[in-house]
Amino acid sequence: MPLLDVENVSRRFGGLVALDKVAFSVSAGQIKSIIGPNGAGKTTLLNVVSGLLSADTGRIQFRDSRIDGLKSHQIAQGGMSRTFQNPSLFLQMSVLENVMVGRHPRTRCGFAACCLRLPGQIREERRIRESALEHLRFVGLEGMAGAPAGALGFGERRMVELARALATEPSLLLLDEPASGLNNRETADLGELIRRIRERGITTLLVEHDMSLVMDISDDILVLHNGTPLAEGAPAVIQNNEEVIRVYLGTGLEDAAASQKS
Amino acid sequence: MLLKRLFPVIGFAALAIAVQLGAGALGKEFYLTQLTMAIYYAIVVMGLCLLMGFAGQVSLGHGAFFAIGGYTSAVLTTSDFSRFQDSLWAAALKRIHVLIPKADLYGGQVLTTTPWAAFVAAMLLTFLIACLIGYPALRLKGHYLAMATLGFCLIVNKIVLGTAWLGAADGISGVPEWNLAGGLVISGRSAVRVQNYYAACALALFLLILLANLVHSRVGRALQAIHDRETAAGAIGINTARYKLNAFVLSALLAAAAGVFLTHYTAGIGPSEASALKSVRYVALAAAGGMSNPWGAALVSTAINFLSLRGWFGTYDNAVFGAVLILIISIAPQGPLKPLGLWIRRLLSGARSAAGGEHAAS
Amino acid sequence: MGDDSLFLQYLLSGITKGSIYAVVAIGFNLIYSATGVLNFAQGEFVMLGGMIAVTLCAFLPLPVAVAAAVVIVALTGCLLEILFFRKLRHHTIMHMIIITIGLSIVIQEVALHLWDEKVRSLPYFSGSEVSSIRIFGASVSPQVLWVLGTVAVVVVLLHAFLRYTLQGRAMRACSSNPDAAMLSGINISNMRTLSFGLSAALGALAGCVISPITMTHYEMGAPLAIKGFAAAILGGLGNPMASVVGGLLIGVIEAFSVSKLPAAYNDVTAFALLLLMLFVRPHGLFGSPSGESVREV
Repeated sequence: MPLLDVENVSRRFGGLVALDKVAFSVSAGQIKSIIGPNGAGKTTLLNVVSGLLSADTGRIQFRDSRIDGLKSHQIAQGGMSRTFQNPSLFLQMSVLENVMVGRHPRTRCGFAACCLRLPGQIREERRIRESALEHLRFVGLEGMAGAPAGALGFGERRMVELARALATEPSLLLLDEPASGLNNRETADLGELIRRIRERGITTLLVEHDMSLVMDISDDILVLHNGTPLAEGAPAVIQNNEEVIRVYLGTGLEDAAASQKS
Repeated sequence: MLLKRLFPVIGFAALAIAVQLGAGALGKEFYLTQLTMAIYYAIVVMGLCLLMGFAGQVSLGHGAFFAIGGYTSAVLTTSDFSRFQDSLWAAALKRIHVLIPKADLYGGQVLTTTPWAAFVAAMLLTFLIACLIGYPALRLKGHYLAMATLGFCLIVNKIVLGTAWLGAADGISGVPEWNLAGGLVISGRSAVRVQNYYAACALALFLLILLANLVHSRVGRALQAIHDRETAAGAIGINTARYKLNAFVLSALLAAAAGVFLTHYTAGIGPSEASALKSVRYVALAAAGGMSNPWGAALVSTAINFLSLRGWFGTYDNAVFGAVLILIISIAPQGPLKPLGLWIRRLLSGARSAAGGEHAAS
Repeated sequence: MGDDSLFLQYLLSGITKGSIYAVVAIGFNLIYSATGVLNFAQGEFVMLGGMIAVTLCAFLPLPVAVAAAVVIVALTGCLLEILFFRKLRHHTIMHMIIITIGLSIVIQEVALHLWDEKVRSLPYFSGSEVSSIRIFGASVSPQVLWVLGTVAVVVVLLHAFLRYTLQGRAMRACSSNPDAAMLSGINISNMRTLSFGLSAALGALAGCVISPITMTHYEMGAPLAIKGFAAAILGGLGNPMASVVGGLLIGVIEAFSVSKLPAAYNDVTAFALLLLMLFVRPHGLFGSPSGESVREV
């Protein structure tokens, strides 16, 4: 039984077909990547899976229950967390507070408890803070905890957003182009981090353009082209798939393969 | 940490005492009456701060909620239910002291609602109406709430003006005193002026502490997250629609509670309380104090409303509020107090930190 | 007079008022599409148009006074955009909406102090208040025809403008995709100013033609803004032409409800309709619910 099972999902915007009968699955413990040329529908697929967009047809199963049609917050509460192409931090808050918001679905004090500062709320608040610090430490930013989120650089924002997503204790983590805008060293660190996330028992599904990263860390790759799956398989299989090479001609797949071998 | 939390509380309490002593020393104790009224109005503004500064939603219906609170308690405490004397429900309500027999002006016996019961009824009614307005408008992304609440405010105003048993254009007068507990009576009599001033201060301070607690908590962070980036907040697992609705209902309840208190204090209420202009005024005052700073908003709105009640702005009263709104939002959208505070801090700590502050701002 | 002609009478009065709501709704849509702002001062443009025309009419012939009023209000609209919104691009939408609320109050108060609280009106464009034309047994003031005719012409012209002229197309491009519009060389700032000017002009014209029938009063703006907004929601926000239908519907429903409800509750119908729409069909009668956006601002 896969952790995430997408069947027959289609989505159109007006006359434009963004996704056409997409089907794939992600097994627990995998690192799975979705690749494809610009406009292939990768981000749309991620948005549909995470509930930001509704699918026109098809069904999505996550941890034994159907999630298509649910609101994004319900899906997040069910154990799926995501990051965005442009890191979307809450800029009015500090770095630590951003990660503390990530504890939201795993904590429960409501309006009344918070207004009155009931003893349980004070304890919960302390636990939220400790857990958030721990997640910041995991991405190596505990030193920035007190800084305003707006003062961070792009790469650091990425990491804080990742820590925030991890703070929700997801079983499936969706990453939308986590390496875009990062330099080579940061990208290498990111690859290492994604591996460490897997060691914690978290499954990762990522959309990514950086082929060397994808080939390096993925267990399984799905290639999208014009909204439909073109190929699916292990990195070595994908690299040698002729149709994929044709679609990707001149966009660096060969380079990525070459750099892997060297 | 504790000291930082306590500082504004102590500051506010000290200010309240200083003002009372000052007014007494100057022989201007009657100022306290308008000050008390201004503090009740400030409670409406505090609720709006929660809604605007944290949940990021605008309401133009808070005048209406104020009026719903005030009118509910005015109608219930001034109407005579003695013609229902023999009905079962009247007997039941009498037994639990919701209805009490009372002598009217001419010595006759009337059956009216106790102010406490009327207060509870006002809160329940406000809760229902706020849910009804807020639910559809807040499910949508964007700022539909502002329009929905303005429409709602105009409806309430029209209904009040067109309904005879709500006093039409004259409003309702002769609302009885409210014996809160012990010897504490909400009333505008000059004998209890100082007592009422402190009662209003205590209520406002209590609510401010609750709000401050809320802001620095899981719920406060969730609201701020919604304000900042609604989509991201939803993707983290925050039920954005519900949190916005809760904040809206809570702020409506604060407005209605202020309406109940002020109606008992001034012994009456008029239709102008439900006008769109009144609602705009509350928004202006919340902006003037800094929407995400309930302490500042409470302070500034008490001061401005006091001046307005004393007739300082003459026929330009409404224009002043409109102008304040435009100026503050365009020049200092975070409220004038924050930049002012920063500026003072900068002056104190010299040029080095000034450069640092600029760096952080960019 | 039979039931039929009474029915016709209500219908016509509903359509007349509704066409004004439609114009206000179109104004809402123009500004909303170009800037994302719900302009609470939309109703004030109508009031200003009427007031200025009445004043100018004292020493100018009527057509000139109306034209001048429309131009003055249009320029005011542009000026407001330049003064208050152009510099505040980095402000949140909420802040801009609050500013329009403030503007609406200040414009109202300025009107109160420039003129007074008296109710004014322009003379009938043709005939007088007693002259009437009979249509299918209902008596109709010629001014009603003026209103309907003007609104029809305005709607057709605006439709042609948005569809066929370079400026109009640029404006539509701004609303559907501002980034792409900017990349293709459209000056978004000017488009925003144009949207304010245009919707102010529309409002002012509506304020002039309706003045003989409903009178002009400094407080008329806010209720008009709400009804216009209700019309815009009914048609679907972001679709200027659909709001014509929305406006007419609200006008007609309101007219018939007058016969059933006490006069004091006159305006309640439109507002209740607005809330109902938000509840059951927030995307409007003609919009599709799939218009959800995941744009991160």
